[in-house]
Amino acid sequence: MASFKPTQIPDLPKLGEKITEDTLYWKNYKAPVQIKEFGAVSNIDFSPVSPHNFAVTAFTRIHIYGPFSQEPVKTFTRFKDTAYCGRFRSDGQLLVAGCEDSVVRLYDVGGKAALRMYKGHTKAVHVADFTTGRYQILTASDDYTCRLWDIPNAVELTAYQEHTDYVRCGVTSKLNRDLFITGSYDHTLRVFDSRTEKSVMTMDHGQPVESLLLYPSEGLLVSAGGRYVKVWDLLKGGQPLVSLKNHHKTVTCLALNSSGQRLLSASLDRHVKVYNTTNYKVVHNFDYAAAILSLGLAPDDESIVVGMTNSILSIKHRKNLEEPKETSKPRRRPSYRVFMKGKNFVPKQDDYFVSKPARQHLAKYDKQLKRFNVSKALDTALEAWLRRKKPEVTVAVIKELDRRGTLKNALAGRDEEQLSRLLCFVIGNFFDTRFTPVLATTAEIVLDIYQCVIGQSAVIDRHLIHLQKLLEKEIYYQKDLMEILGMLDTMFAFSLLRKELICVLQHYDDLSQL
Amino acid sequence: MVEYGDIRVVYRGGSKINFRKPVISNDSRFLLCASGESVKVFSSVTEECVHELRGHTGQVTGVLLRPSNHLQVYSCSTDGTVRLWDFTDGILVRTYVVGYPVYSIYASLNHKEVVFIVTPVQSDKRTELFQLVAVNLPQTPDQLVEARDLSAVLSDVSSNPSTIAFGRGGEYLASVNNLKMEIYFFKKNKSYSFSLREYTKNGGKNTFTCIACHPKDDCVATGHDDGKIRLWRNFKQKKEYTYSTLHWHHSAVSSLCFTPEGTNLLSGGVESVLVQWRYNQENQKDFLPRLGAAITHVTVSPDGALFSTSHSDNKITIIQSCVKVSAVIQGLVKGENVTTGLLVDPRSKALVLNGRPGHLQFYSLQRDKLLFHLDIVQQEYIHEAGLEQFEVVRAAFDASGLWLATVEERKQKSAELELNLKLWSFDEQTQSFVLNTTVSAPHEARITAMCFSQAADSQTTTLVSASRDGHFKAWQLGLPAHTDDEGPSWSCDFVGAYHGLVPRCCCFSADGSLLAVGFQEVVTVWNPTSWELLTTLSQPPGDVRNLCFGQLSCSKYLLGSNNKKMVCCWNLLTCSLEWSTSMDVSLLLVDSRSENMAAFCCQDGSTDLFVFKPSEPRPLFSQKAVCSGRVIHAVFTPREVMLESSEESSQWLNRSQLYFLTEFMDLLTFSTKAEEEKLMASSKQLVIDDTVAMTPFYLLLGKHRHEHLGNEESAERTPLPQSSVAIKELLQTPAHVLPATSFLCSMFAKSLLISVTETREENKHVDEEMESEKEEEDSDEEVETKISRPEQEAKGVQGGESTAPTLTKTQVRELRRVRKQDLSWITGLLDS
Repeated sequence: MASFKPTQIPDLPKLGEKITEDTLYWKNYKAPVQIKEFGAVSNIDFSPVSPHNFAVTAFTRIHIYGPFSQEPVKTFTRFKDTAYCGRFRSDGQLLVAGCEDSVVRLYDVGGKAALRMYKGHTKAVHVADFTTGRYQILTASDDYTCRLWDIPNAVELTAYQEHTDYVRCGVTSKLNRDLFITGSYDHTLRVFDSRTEKSVMTMDHGQPVESLLLYPSEGLLVSAGGRYVKVWDLLKGGQPLVSLKNHHKTVTCLALNSSGQRLLSASLDRHVKVYNTTNYKVVHNFDYAAAILSLGLAPDDESIVVGMTNSILSIKHRKNLEEPKETSKPRRRPSYRVFMKGKNFVPKQDDYFVSKPARQHLAKYDKQLKRFNVSKALDTALEAWLRRKKPEVTVAVIKELDRRGTLKNALAGRDEEQLSRLLCFVIGNFFDTRFTPVLATTAEIVLDIYQCVIGQSAVIDRHLIHLQKLLEKEIYYQKDLMEILGMLDTMFAFSLLRKELICVLQHYDDLSQL
Repeated sequence: MVEYGDIRVVYRGGSKINFRKPVISNDSRFLLCASGESVKVFSSVTEECVHELRGHTGQVTGVLLRPSNHLQVYSCSTDGTVRLWDFTDGILVRTYVVGYPVYSIYASLNHKEVVFIVTPVQSDKRTELFQLVAVNLPQTPDQLVEARDLSAVLSDVSSNPSTIAFGRGGEYLASVNNLKMEIYFFKKNKSYSFSLREYTKNGGKNTFTCIACHPKDDCVATGHDDGKIRLWRNFKQKKEYTYSTLHWHHSAVSSLCFTPEGTNLLSGGVESVLVQWRYNQENQKDFLPRLGAAITHVTVSPDGALFSTSHSDNKITIIQSCVKVSAVIQGLVKGENVTTGLLVDPRSKALVLNGRPGHLQFYSLQRDKLLFHLDIVQQEYIHEAGLEQFEVVRAAFDASGLWLATVEERKQKSAELELNLKLWSFDEQTQSFVLNTTVSAPHEARITAMCFSQAADSQTTTLVSASRDGHFKAWQLGLPAHTDDEGPSWSCDFVGAYHGLVPRCCCFSADGSLLAVGFQEVVTVWNPTSWELLTTLSQPPGDVRNLCFGQLSCSKYLLGSNNKKMVCCWNLLTCSLEWSTSMDVSLLLVDSRSENMAAFCCQDGSTDLFVFKPSEPRPLFSQKAVCSGRVIHAVFTPREVMLESSEESSQWLNRSQLYFLTEFMDLLTFSTKAEEEKLMASSKQLVIDDTVAMTPFYLLLGKHRHEHLGNEESAERTPLPQSSVAIKELLQTPAHVLPATSFLCSMFAKSLLISVTETREENKHVDEEMESEKEEEDSDEEVETKISRPEQEAKGVQGGESTAPTLTKTQVRELRRVRKQDLSWITGLLDS
């Protein structure tokens, strides 16, 4: 005796993005905390030392937030104009910031007033950073210069005037205290060595450079400008390695995750894209409400902080894996004894051993199908959670009923409530291409059966009219698609004139399946 | 069968075992069933065929246990004989020649040495009227007996054996035919008949389909076309009969059977559910559902321990008292049409074709045994007439046997065609195929052809499917997605078309470097790696029917046949037509182990075969009228052991065998004389070794023993000295009461010698010993009956002549006399 074969639930191709390790990793963040700042958030910098506070530069203020606080733990407000680029020193004690009024200010993280003010630039300073030597500051300004300052004496050490446009980004080397790189709106990236007078390396990005990033190994440099993100090999004398064009507006900010395996780029097109640094493919994508100006990633990727033009700061914290365990109270399970009851019984010599056949577990609808209760099977398949969470199961049951030739019997004899539930399901899933063939037959049969009762119930009539409208819309849409297909055909035919025999390409087929 | 030189066409495999009711032996150890021209004896435990009772020259139409001897069985056949067999040893005991074709056979304990057979009414052969005839079987020791003592019992009966049954130990006999039931009482020699209206009020059909009689009670159960079972009682009068109706089956009841005690009634039908009704409590039913296919016969073993059901898919299921299936004896399933064609599994070398609905069957040709069914559709089969079912229409194996591709389709009247392409990978652990990928709706129309790339060494294989929608698609195994725990799956790699023509056939070259697709009249050749159209080959008008690449040294040739009676051979190096000939080839296939190709040509009702090499103008072998009817499918199967035939005409069969399937679903093959001789020899070998299990130890010892057998045949044959009663007594008597050893010795030694004549002296004592002799007579008789068999007699004579030291009667008497002598004088001597 063969056992009952349960209904096959087809393993349908998942629509939308594929679930990969990356999606799982990057989706594992809580709902964002949104904080309103006073203006567009231009820079976010994480303190290198624990507890990893971060400085948010927005309008004329710099706020310092703790890792979990929603209120700033510290605020620097003594700016005359818009502040730029508030950055921590490697020991987390000092903070430097440029300003629209061309003065660079140095703060003690604990204090309030500026410790030092560096005056010398003639225009707004958009870049300020500490060198690895800890006693020098790099600044770059809209006056096309970049300068090195001595922190204690507040004197300018060197000025480089090689750029021919605004300098809007710069990074200092973490390994070499003399090296720093600047990017400018003159499309170039320049590598400077403070021991020499001139730049030691120049690379052409091709677009105004908005952001720079050095890999921890400092062999590779990433630059963002325009819609492009480019990776340069510094060890090969600044050879371009990859050029990525995944955004459709200017890329404003770059970040590297803690492991160095993923590169993040934020853009004015409101997306943050995550790239795999081995093959530079986009592995994940975040959407935000407004154009993004700044992006920060906490050490160990504990949180993603994004600043936007609409002066909103969005902080996403990583979900703690242990948390859900604590919240859900462990259910009391039957004791070990219950499970082991009779399991270790050893039959005696004269005992006649009757083996118990293993019971086949069947789903509810399969149990009904096994008994040929077709209407009940359809009812169980149309249960609320099943039809919402797993419409493919409901469709598979309908298909099975159709295969058995009993779909009509199952659909007939329903009252208003049952029928409206059925129609709701049909309408909701009708244009899912995976379900259309089955549901079209269902709809046809329903119309055949309930033709005579149309007009008796307002609810059913409303559903039917809705269905009709949807169908009209779909037909219109299909017509449009066919027109596009026709246009594409002519184009392909034209381009393939050379190869006279091949008429059809894969594209054609893909399109025709739409 | 057609003789041609030493190559002839023979039937292979898969005779029907569900043709007639099987019989279970009294001890439930064996199950006997009619199978073609023989009766097969299966073990009910191991499912193996123990004996095949061969001898009939026509189809065996019935098997019946002999009521007076439960170790013997009658079988009847359309060749007009009834044969009696000893089925435990597989020996034909007697043949009764009736002279008319026999369609079924019945017997009961009440009627000793009479069997009842159904034969056609001789007067008119056309009307197909049948009658039940009682045959007196004469009791003679002859092997061949004429049984001409026939007497008609009932006329106008059905030839279906399940329509006649004996009731209550053979008191009466009930028969149904169409709408009439007739019950014949032997004592009264009178018959009553009852008839029903053709249709009931509800429109059900009342036609009788089967009958069963209660073994203890006066009750007859009849099955009807509309699924009803009627229990008739009180039928000893014509007027006052009653019947009650049981209804569960939704279509005709095909078989009914009472258990030996009469407590249960079993019924089966097309629903493939065995229903067990309690007698007198008919509302209590037990079911054994999902037995696989429609039930054709139900039988119960004489002790009631085992049930067996025969099914329409050539299967016998043995059930332990309606609880669980204990054994399944499965023959080759022959459906209505084999759409997948014949395939050979490269791994097991089994023949693969459609089996049960929605299944593929793997059939071992060497062992003539169905290995297993692979469930392709994986859906509950609904037994209902007129329901469109999924059917497996195409299947293909890749060269290594790692992948199996199947296409199943279901055609609905209203909606569009449902197609599924499934790819199965071979799982080493479970040793079976596991579903890997399902592609629903791979094409928009029916798939016309499907093939795998045959290159054995390539890492990734390609599957090509051609469809009526005008496209062919190439499928390839994709790389596994690194996060999903599932393995790699198949996806579409390329879609090709040619001027909107419909591709009918496709074929890969042996090394997998070329793909040929026949688009109606045009043959296109593609490169499977770059999917570039390399060339098109012209041919005379007509749609291409078959395409195949040459093998080995002929791999530069591509052959095609079209429906305008042309066969063309192109040279792929020059892209030109090498030769063409006018031949209406219906099937063209290539042997993968040699350069040979086989072409089946259909001509006015019979099929001709040509075997040729593409490079040679003359065919290697040709045979006219291989079989009647069209050959639908054929396949070359590789041989396990290569034959070494020197004759030119049979050389093409050395490496592989050609199997083909005709439109009448006969599986045929070609066999050479050498092969048959080998087969015969091996079967003889088997008979000798039957008694000893073939263990490795036996094989080691066997040789040694065979040598000994030759040398010491005579020595081994000598029976041990027969221990006469007298000697035994002599030896068992306590020593102190025996006469002196010197006195006995000479006499004992003498008794061991061969006696030539009886001496007179001995005769003297005869009178004295009369009374003691009488009591010994019994034991002597026993000995004599024991050796009554002629062979043993002969043996005894031989043995006696050689050395056997048997005691003659006189010597025995002598010994006994000695023992009985009064030996009191010895005691006297001792005392003094």
